[in-house]
Amino acid sequence: MTQVLVLVEHDADGLIDSSRRAVTFARGLAVANANSKVAVCVIGEVPTGGAELASAIGRQAAEYGVASLHVVPFTGYAPLAWARALGQLADSLSADAVVAAGTDRGSEVMAHLGAITGEEMVANCFAVSRSGTHEWHLTRQRWGGSLIEEAWLEAGRALLTVATDAIPPASVVEPVAAPLELELEAYEPQLADGDTSVVATESPEQAGGVSLASARVVVSGGRGVGGVEGFSVIEQLAAYFGGAVGVSRAVTSLGWRPHSEQVGQTGTRVTPDLYMACGISGAIQHLAGCQSAKTMIAINTDGDAPIMARADYAVIGDVNEVLPALLEVLRARG
Amino acid sequence: MRILVCVKRIPMVGGRIVLTPDGGQIDTSMLGFTVSPHEECAVEEAVRIVEAVRAKGGSGEVTVLTLGPPEAADQLRDAVALGASKCVLLETDREWGPIATAEAIAQEARERGPFDLLLFGNEAADSGDFQVGIRVAHLLDLPVVTGIKGLALEPSGSAGSLAGSLPRASARREYRGVEESFELGLPAVVTVKEGINLPRYPSLPGRMRAKKAVIDSLALGWQGEALSTESLRVPTVERRRAELLGRGAEAVPALVALLESLGLLS
Amino acid sequence: MIGAGIVGNGLAYHLARLGLRDLILVDKGPLPNPGGSTGHASNFIFPIDYSKMMTDLTFDSTAQYKEMGVFIESGGIEVARLPEREVEFARRVSVAKAWGIPAEIIDPQEVARLVPYLDPSVIRAGLHFPTVGVVDSLRAGTIMRERAQATGALEVRANTEVLGIDVNPATRRVERVRTTNGDIETDMVAICCGVWSPRVAELAGAHIALTPIVHQMISVGPIPLFADTVGEIAYPIVRDVDANMYERQHGGDIEVGSYAHRPIIVSPGEIPSNEEASLSPTELPFTQDDFDPQLAEALELMPDLLGDEGVGIRYAINGLISMTPDGHPVLGESPEVRGLWSVAASWIKEGPGIARALAEWMVEGRSELDVHEADIARFYPFQQTRQHVRARASESFNKMYGIVHPAEQWSLEREIRLSPMFAAEKELGAFFYQTAGWERPHWYESNAPLLDRYGDRVMPRSAEWESRWWSPLVNAEHLAMRDGCGLVDLSAFVELDVTGKGALSTLQLLSVAQLDVPVGRVVYTSWLDGAGGFKADLTVMRLGVDHFRVVTGGAHGMADKQWILDHLPTDGSAHLSDLTSAWTTIGLWGPRSRDVLASVTDDDVSAEGFGFATCREIETSGLSTLASRISYVGELGWELYLPIEQGARLWRTLFEAGQVHGLVPVGIGVYGTTGRLEKAYRSYGNELTPEYNLVEAGMARPKVKLQEFIGKEAYLAQRESDPAALCCTLTVDDHRSPSTGELRYMLGGEPIVTLSGERIVDAKGRPSYVTSAGSAPSVGVHVLLAYLPPDLAVEGTRLSVVYMNELFGVTVAVVGARPLFDPENERVRA
Repeated sequence: MTQVLVLVEHDADGLIDSSRRAVTFARGLAVANANSKVAVCVIGEVPTGGAELASAIGRQAAEYGVASLHVVPFTGYAPLAWARALGQLADSLSADAVVAAGTDRGSEVMAHLGAITGEEMVANCFAVSRSGTHEWHLTRQRWGGSLIEEAWLEAGRALLTVATDAIPPASVVEPVAAPLELELEAYEPQLADGDTSVVATESPEQAGGVSLASARVVVSGGRGVGGVEGFSVIEQLAAYFGGAVGVSRAVTSLGWRPHSEQVGQTGTRVTPDLYMACGISGAIQHLAGCQSAKTMIAINTDGDAPIMARADYAVIGDVNEVLPALLEVLRARG
Repeated sequence: MRILVCVKRIPMVGGRIVLTPDGGQIDTSMLGFTVSPHEECAVEEAVRIVEAVRAKGGSGEVTVLTLGPPEAADQLRDAVALGASKCVLLETDREWGPIATAEAIAQEARERGPFDLLLFGNEAADSGDFQVGIRVAHLLDLPVVTGIKGLALEPSGSAGSLAGSLPRASARREYRGVEESFELGLPAVVTVKEGINLPRYPSLPGRMRAKKAVIDSLALGWQGEALSTESLRVPTVERRRAELLGRGAEAVPALVALLESLGLLS
Repeated sequence: MIGAGIVGNGLAYHLARLGLRDLILVDKGPLPNPGGSTGHASNFIFPIDYSKMMTDLTFDSTAQYKEMGVFIESGGIEVARLPEREVEFARRVSVAKAWGIPAEIIDPQEVARLVPYLDPSVIRAGLHFPTVGVVDSLRAGTIMRERAQATGALEVRANTEVLGIDVNPATRRVERVRTTNGDIETDMVAICCGVWSPRVAELAGAHIALTPIVHQMISVGPIPLFADTVGEIAYPIVRDVDANMYERQHGGDIEVGSYAHRPIIVSPGEIPSNEEASLSPTELPFTQDDFDPQLAEALELMPDLLGDEGVGIRYAINGLISMTPDGHPVLGESPEVRGLWSVAASWIKEGPGIARALAEWMVEGRSELDVHEADIARFYPFQQTRQHVRARASESFNKMYGIVHPAEQWSLEREIRLSPMFAAEKELGAFFYQTAGWERPHWYESNAPLLDRYGDRVMPRSAEWESRWWSPLVNAEHLAMRDGCGLVDLSAFVELDVTGKGALSTLQLLSVAQLDVPVGRVVYTSWLDGAGGFKADLTVMRLGVDHFRVVTGGAHGMADKQWILDHLPTDGSAHLSDLTSAWTTIGLWGPRSRDVLASVTDDDVSAEGFGFATCREIETSGLSTLASRISYVGELGWELYLPIEQGARLWRTLFEAGQVHGLVPVGIGVYGTTGRLEKAYRSYGNELTPEYNLVEAGMARPKVKLQEFIGKEAYLAQRESDPAALCCTLTVDDHRSPSTGELRYMLGGEPIVTLSGERIVDAKGRPSYVTSAGSAPSVGVHVLLAYLPPDLAVEGTRLSVVYMNELFGVTVAVVGARPLFDPENERVRA
């Protein structure tokens, strides 16, 4: 094997976290296979994004053991164009493996690449080795990681996305005898006409409507709120985030809040970025309604409540103490 | 307006997956079946679009298609209960990979089409391949957008266009705090994400219609694939616990820091 | 306590309340909802049940739920689609009257007024129970658990799975419970595990006879009509009994449950763990096909509500619940493992009541509420096999809301225990009832010629309900026996030999009657519990100085056996042998029975030679037979005991010899009902229950024996005070139905009321109801036994019985145990 090409993404500070993990993964693959090299592909306006950004990316690439850093100048995001460019760069480098983090963009681009070339693309890998020129052994996640699959791929070139939650980002232990900052080499792809017909127009995120079903933030109260009055601070917190109020079934049964606010199996199923479960123990039927939340914070006096096993973060305490204090601090920030 | 929605039958697993004694598959003996959450939303979206078209005096229908075992007809009927009209079952005796699946779907789409819109879930909850929609689009030479959380169809051309001119689609999604919108003309392939809508539940009359729905079945032959499964295993997981930010009001600073890191504070 | 559902939590609370300390409650799931049946229960309580025990437990549970503030009274209505159901309503409203439950039959318009979303044109009538309510059972469990914790008596370990229960092999007593969170040294374990109970019991090597079974339910919403309701429920619960379904409001949804689908049995080992289940272990994936027929029926009953296209099925499960072979819970200390208590197969409506009863039983030795019908000791080994449990559960599942005749027989799992006379009985056209697994002839079709002989004296019945599972042949056999001789198969008797130096003292302690009698004497005695209520009613034969044979009926035989085992002396001086399967018994009674017996034996069976209440070995045509001269039908005659393999021959011998003496085969219809009713013989489970005592039953003897016996103190006190009720024989004055003029015959369980229809309740709060009913053909009347308070227990008093919601006049014929037939017992002592 000669080269592993990694598609990376960046923000204003440099490579994003998932890309560093993808590079770590790629390095592992390269090292285990006759010390191939890791090449990185950035698609975007990096050179004009400022010398600082280019420098940051170059440094990070070096820290992560990258051998060559390629930039495809491109404005914006068009998945087919990105895939085309990535594929052509991979061909020009004779890369045996093309890798991207399993982010929405990474997965999308790699899928397009596989569709363009007719090759298999294997998603959510976290371990890979090569047993022959046309034989790869892959370990990948199914069911979001609840099931692990060992698979065989018969292919000359492997197209993979990485299950980044399984790969901690790791820079190289000893600096390679190489520059501490890589130069960005520009690569000009040959795009076809239709490659940019589907292109993203970016705009800052809008606060959606505050309907429970579409809210980005849901502040939800359960029996632990104690009574109707306790929901005042929940309403205020939800309003602060431009979000919506949710409740558990117990709350509607007690008549504190209307049925329309109920989150759960027989209520509304919500998919917010943040779900704050305040004074909610975490009944199964309730969790069924909020388990798709990106981040869940639980506030409860009971550290052993079922919600504690499902939430990402927890505060053990009385809702009526914690929420007013939180609101005060948030308001003081302006 | 003809919409094709593709779904995949998957087991409804709990927090811990159990494998059969030989370790080759998930033990589904005590499990129910459904489709992935993204696909539920795709079906709902299709039905809503057709309902909107009909409300304006137009006509439309939703065809739901699946590759799977004969029992996958249940999932097709579930879609009928929600408002789909036609069902296609491509019978397979094992799970197919994304390339073969896309080829089969594209073939059916050509034969049964033309479709104005092909909807998929962004990825199946079990295999999570992310690819079928995109590959189908390539095979049919159609534009494709993925991970969509908002879809609107507007009539194209000038006001007063004759009936028959196809609408354009405006699709949006969010990525790392930024909203991305795409414009594409129909016919097109769109894969959607949970959250694009709140799927309805089947009504009782809907369920009863579903019982009577006719399933168009076709058996497919396995061709062999480059990607094959060697084995499955369930990872050992320590009992998950939430990360404790603190106790009582003293936890507020940590809470605020977390909210900030999540990008929720201005 | 293993299991933190409604029962485990309740038991913890009541044990703490009764003063027990050092309690540990474990559950493998999380709290407050560990994922058992309590967690998805439909949570409504209809107070009525045909079983007095279940009614009482429900009443007590309701009071507890109310005290905890988790009960909402919504009312409930059973609706009839079919004409048979209207008849059943009449029966049911009568039983409601007996137990004091408010109930009234209402017309469809009134139903629709109470439940506006119900289409009245689909139904014929409604049965309204205004005191029906719903409870928050999870909350109640939490409250009870927290109360126990507040006393400091209870430690709770959630997410803790029991891995083993260690039993000391020498003492057969529990000594340790091993869990994922360490071992617990204990000699008292309560299994409150619902559907998991058999599996947990197995860890200790014990059986709990129940099976998990599916009950489907769906939740449909949001219902626009319910959007404005505050709280859980504002409309009455509807039981669509002819469709085997129910509908109840559940917040903004309507929950529809079904008992109409095919029985779906799940084995305890198949139940997924909390982590494996997508909802919870007892909320299994919904099988759509099984519910589809019910969708149509539900739509028919509530067309606008459920036919609304905007309203969706947002929850649907195959819920798991527990079912036992006879529908009653499984309660008490396991006969197989000492210290292991079963508190299983309880539903929400009995949960707290059962918890209280068990706590009292565990701490004080006896519960205030009579739960003997649910005693774990009642099961025979064959009843605890997986196949049997499943067959019974399957057959009873679709009868949940069914119209079940009190004498209705099972169709599955028949011919399990066959007496040696079975083949002969089949040839005689026996109509079999099954009791304790035995096929017992209830009457014989071969006796058909007797109908001509006796004409109307057989008291024929025309109404369909009381003619079911009955034949005038029963009464014809009765008359033929009293004229000549009857031959009765009594193989279902349970024979328990108690032997050893300590045998006498053991049985003395258990029995009210004096047992130190000469060898060859037969003693009829009651056994009491510590509070002086009835525990058993049986006979004891002294076969030797240190050898006694206890003979009791098949229905309660196992519980009686356990009682003896529980009281055997610890020094090993007495030993119990269960010889039920070694011996068979044939009854031979009637004025000509002596002639029959004399013709087959050379031994002296004359009046002088073989006195009443004695027993001895005789030789009957070459067979060595233990003859016991007693009679439960009030006639001259014998119970003949011999080895089971010889029974067929003795039967044939007696049958043939008896032909010239007017011998007919006689079934249990006579032996269990008509014979004894004429003689006012009480029966355990009917007149004799832990709720009543010897004085009230009219069975107190002039003297009380000097020796100590269980319940003696209470009995002496009872003798000193005035009884709150007296067991009476009542006769029906006029059988004509006020509405149709048809002659009606009561079957038992009906309330006795005043002439104006008011309930009769004694000073202890016990209602008067018919404890036994049946024909008394020799006297030509229909007899009802019932307890009445002293002011009404006066011979000649005119009262009424409520049957099928109509009043029929009755008269108190006898107060106490004086028989209507042959009151001087001349026949018995002939």
